[in-house]
Amino acid sequence: MEPIVEIRGLVKRFGSFVANDRLNLAIRQGEIHAILGENGAGKSTLMNMLSGMLEPDEGEILFKGKPVAFASPRQAVSTGIGMVHQHFMLIPALTVAENVLLGMKRGRGPLFRFKKACAEIRELSDRFGLDIQPEARVSELSVGQQQRVEIVKTLVRGAEFIILDEPTAVLTPAEVKDLFRVLRTLKAQGKTIIFISHKLQEVQDICDRVTVLRLGKLIGTQDLAGTTPADLARMMVGRDVVAPVRKAGVASGNIRLSVKGLHASVDGARVLRELAFHIREGEILGIAGVDGNGQRELSEVLFGLRQKDSGVIELGGEELHRQHPRGMTERGVAYIPEDRHKEGLMLQMSVEENLIAKEYRKRKFSQGGWISRRKVRECAEEQIGSFGIRTSGAAVPVGRLSGGNQQKVILARELMLNPKVIVAMQPTRGMDVGAAEYVHKRLLEARERGCSILLISTELEEVMALSDRVAVLYKGELLDTMDREAADLDRIGRLMAGIRPDTSCAI
Amino acid sequence: MREARKVNLASERWVKAVIEVLFYGGAVFIALLAGGLVMAAAGVSPLEAYRLIWDGAVGDAGSVKETLVKATPLLFAGLCYTFAYRCGLFNIGAEGQIYIGAMTGTMAALYVPGLPGYAHLPLCIVAGAVGGALWAGIAGALKIFKGASEIINTIMLNYVGIYLVSYMVTGPMKDPSGTLPQSARLPESALLAKLFDSRLHYGFVLAVVLAIILYVVLNRTVWGYEIRSVGFNKQATKVMGIPVNRNLLLVMLVSGAIAGIGGFVEIAGVQNRLFQNFSPGYGYDGIAVALVGGAHPLGNIGSAILFGGLRSGANAMQRMTGTSTSLVYVIQATIIVLVVCNRYWFGGWKRQLIAWLVNRYGSRRLPEELQTAHSASEVKISFNKGEEAR
Amino acid sequence: MNEEVIVSFLASAIRLSVPLLLAALGILFMSRSGILNIGMEGMVLIGALSGVVGAYYFDSAPAGVLLAILVTGLVGLLFGFLVITTGADQVVIGTALNLFGLGLTTVFGRSLLGMGQEAVQVKGIPSVPIPLLSDIPYIGDALFNQNVLAYVSYLLVPAAAFIFYKTNWGLQVRSVGENPLAADTLGVRVHRIRYICCLIGGMLAGVAGCSLSLGILNQFTENMVAGRGFIALSAVIFGKWTPLGTMGASLLFGGADALQLRFQSFGIKIPYQFMLMFPYLLTMVALAWFSGKSKQPAATAASYKSLADRSS
Repeated sequence: MEPIVEIRGLVKRFGSFVANDRLNLAIRQGEIHAILGENGAGKSTLMNMLSGMLEPDEGEILFKGKPVAFASPRQAVSTGIGMVHQHFMLIPALTVAENVLLGMKRGRGPLFRFKKACAEIRELSDRFGLDIQPEARVSELSVGQQQRVEIVKTLVRGAEFIILDEPTAVLTPAEVKDLFRVLRTLKAQGKTIIFISHKLQEVQDICDRVTVLRLGKLIGTQDLAGTTPADLARMMVGRDVVAPVRKAGVASGNIRLSVKGLHASVDGARVLRELAFHIREGEILGIAGVDGNGQRELSEVLFGLRQKDSGVIELGGEELHRQHPRGMTERGVAYIPEDRHKEGLMLQMSVEENLIAKEYRKRKFSQGGWISRRKVRECAEEQIGSFGIRTSGAAVPVGRLSGGNQQKVILARELMLNPKVIVAMQPTRGMDVGAAEYVHKRLLEARERGCSILLISTELEEVMALSDRVAVLYKGELLDTMDREAADLDRIGRLMAGIRPDTSCAI
Repeated sequence: MREARKVNLASERWVKAVIEVLFYGGAVFIALLAGGLVMAAAGVSPLEAYRLIWDGAVGDAGSVKETLVKATPLLFAGLCYTFAYRCGLFNIGAEGQIYIGAMTGTMAALYVPGLPGYAHLPLCIVAGAVGGALWAGIAGALKIFKGASEIINTIMLNYVGIYLVSYMVTGPMKDPSGTLPQSARLPESALLAKLFDSRLHYGFVLAVVLAIILYVVLNRTVWGYEIRSVGFNKQATKVMGIPVNRNLLLVMLVSGAIAGIGGFVEIAGVQNRLFQNFSPGYGYDGIAVALVGGAHPLGNIGSAILFGGLRSGANAMQRMTGTSTSLVYVIQATIIVLVVCNRYWFGGWKRQLIAWLVNRYGSRRLPEELQTAHSASEVKISFNKGEEAR
Repeated sequence: MNEEVIVSFLASAIRLSVPLLLAALGILFMSRSGILNIGMEGMVLIGALSGVVGAYYFDSAPAGVLLAILVTGLVGLLFGFLVITTGADQVVIGTALNLFGLGLTTVFGRSLLGMGQEAVQVKGIPSVPIPLLSDIPYIGDALFNQNVLAYVSYLLVPAAAFIFYKTNWGLQVRSVGENPLAADTLGVRVHRIRYICCLIGGMLAGVAGCSLSLGILNQFTENMVAGRGFIALSAVIFGKWTPLGTMGASLLFGGADALQLRFQSFGIKIPYQFMLMFPYLLTMVALAWFSGKSKQPAATAASYKSLADRSS
């Protein structure tokens, strides 16, 4: 079949970092094509080039056999390429109709005719089974509905080639089903779809062919018929998933952290329900689950950044009431936040100043309100050495370091506290394999010292490799907790989709 | 290896400092050129005018002292803006805080009689500080508890403050023995002593000391560490367990207190009475002072003297030629624009120059982060709406 | 109070509202596209001076208005260049613009028009009573016996509302002010929209300046805007970023100003300074009141780098 989009020798660099290295790819008309790869594999970079958000450094893109060069998304859109971003490009204050028709020119006068616009959208919505209310305000819609608005946006603009960037990351399983139905309709009407994901099962379910990226390189493209998730996994990570060396059975009998009947809500909506778990000394409890099922809120509640509605949290047998981050730090709880740049570091401040961020008031670094520069510098040099942080000095702003080295700064800071408990939220997100392995090694070392670790990650492989026990978080509930030995990918995968062990179907 | 790194870092720092100084010098030069153009267009010979300004600013010992007199309120205002700015706050309200500080200080001077100078003057200064702090604190509290923009509120409070002083000196605080809308003369015990037998007063010394204190607080103390953290990243600071809102409010109070002291010092050192419009926009000039001073307390001293010189020189020029001192505003505005835009216009160019110089004259190797200048962290396009909406 | 007093109060309230309304509409256009303009004070000053200079040298008020529009339009574009293309901080550039306007108008005001007692008087914009409408009791004389700029300002309010809510371009302006990145991905030229809004804002500042200098005083005096640029900003905030609300707030603040003048002349004991504070205090209350309900365009004061300009 004729390729609708062809990519030849595409290269994209960011400084010395090669995000896409000489990619060649042909996408056929009317297929659903998966782009598979771990975080940081270069999927988003590739798609941003296809949709005109970024310009390639080398190579060319052909659309229906003709070379195209997009200086902006506008040009990509007018060529017939539509993109649904993972973070929706919607304006909450406006209505659906306004969002959809914003910026459209062809065949329109200067006036915005709301009624006509609504009729037009409703017609499209019916044709593709999207079920959209054009008059509604976007801020009132559910995530799934917002995604369908994004799809309508591309359709209205006559897109033949639609890119969906991690479309299922934010959806509930029911919404995923709906999305798949829509995608099949689109395919039936001749649209070509790129489906970016790192979830193997979904790719198997919906896609025709798959292309795997790893660390900026294209590993291969193949038909999905006849491949198994295990094959795909091997292509993605480049090796069979090997658990890092870990000593078994360090866990002693004492329960360090226990949570019972925990409820929490955001803006009145329940996000954590009836949570109960415990972690022993020297144990890692892994929390698996699809992004957006309450992970963030759980970590925030445990570290005192968010107040619980009800429930009991006990640390070392002592019940915690209203908590705040400083109190938790003093009780020996370390926290590795999900977003390094927003929550983990002050990027403009130096490495040494970031290292002392949690202990600057202690005797170790200051006295009578004065910070001892000498002590700070000594400590920083020591940590830079022991963690192998690549920087030309302790006074360098941490924002100038690479992502992996930034994470090492966070890790060094948290481990310096000699914590009893570590709440680690996506500790290796967006890092290359080597850096991720280093983080894993350090976490395991902490475990051997008797530290209790709550590892929250959407990377199932990571959870499986590190944890002593695994629990699955689904819609704010812990569905099941099991020993790692009893956990297999299949069982956890079902739980992540909300299928409980005791019932055949929970949705 | 470690030693080599240190040397490298130090030389990079020096190169940077030199380039920055050259740049600010260039900005001032271009601004003076722009001012010259304006003068030429207004029919005044720029060369003649600048000669008058130069003479008026640094021509002799007397004019130098006059320059320092003018620099004093500017330095207070600049420090006020700088301190708030370092905590991520925009305090555009120095003008209003100067007025209120002058008012409360004057009240303490006039209505607390019978104290000796060593007790009365400090009391008045504290009163000025409290007045300014409260005025800025209103905006700070509204920001923290109501999420209202401190930018808009400080602007609004400027006018409220100016009108309040206007009311006080035409009404309750009006000098009963005079007809002009002004307060009675401050008693001797509340006046700042003069230096060298001139108009220069101890307020200038106070301002410089304050600048040094602020520098030390910001860079050497636990509190300064907290302030800078909040200024750089509020969310991360919260996660670290550092109180954000408390620091925002405290900094706003202190920032206002600095301006308040500046207001009272202007009354106690120069004017000796409170009256309407005693400040020709010192509060707004403070923003220029802070920006040219690189938002660094010590840098403020230099830039305040620069602008003080411009102002006192322009006064001399106005006496001789009749060209308005407002010319100074044009020069200040141009400097602000140049300094603020430099990062965008010359940022990349400057970085390259620094890297080249460090490479050429520093150690053999570039610092590691410069080699991988675009680290992986920059790969992703930000999908956020940018800064928190103001 | 008799009828005459009320009528004259209303007329003066309207007259004083007009400059506020014009400047506020200018700010509204900029604000809706995500640009916070605290430099309106300086822009209006430049407009006021250009108007008088034009009227003086061409001996005609309309020429003055045209010159003012031209000059402040350019100033608006310059402001746009600094905050849009350069991406400099809008608050700081706005402050610089105020200083610039004050300095420039004072220097040129003196050199071109003389100072103090010798300041030149120019032909103002005459009042044009509209037949029939101006005969309505009370409000007729106040509303319909004004100068042309006042009528222009009345018409601009529905025009702005129409543009914002009924045209494609207005939709683009609103979207750019809310989420420029989303708008950009849909092919909206974010920078162009913002530039146009800056141009409109600048031009309206010129008209507002003329309505002060040519419409009320017939001369230019130093710092004659006296905070009205900031009151206009207050009017936009108090009017919840809508044209109609902005008009209401402008009328309220203009009315307060007129009342203050009347109090002074009637010797009423409320100090006039408190009346002058009123717009500012009300705005602060309003800001605190709105908090959380976020009527402000979400991208206000955030600079945006266009996707098309993003180099690696």
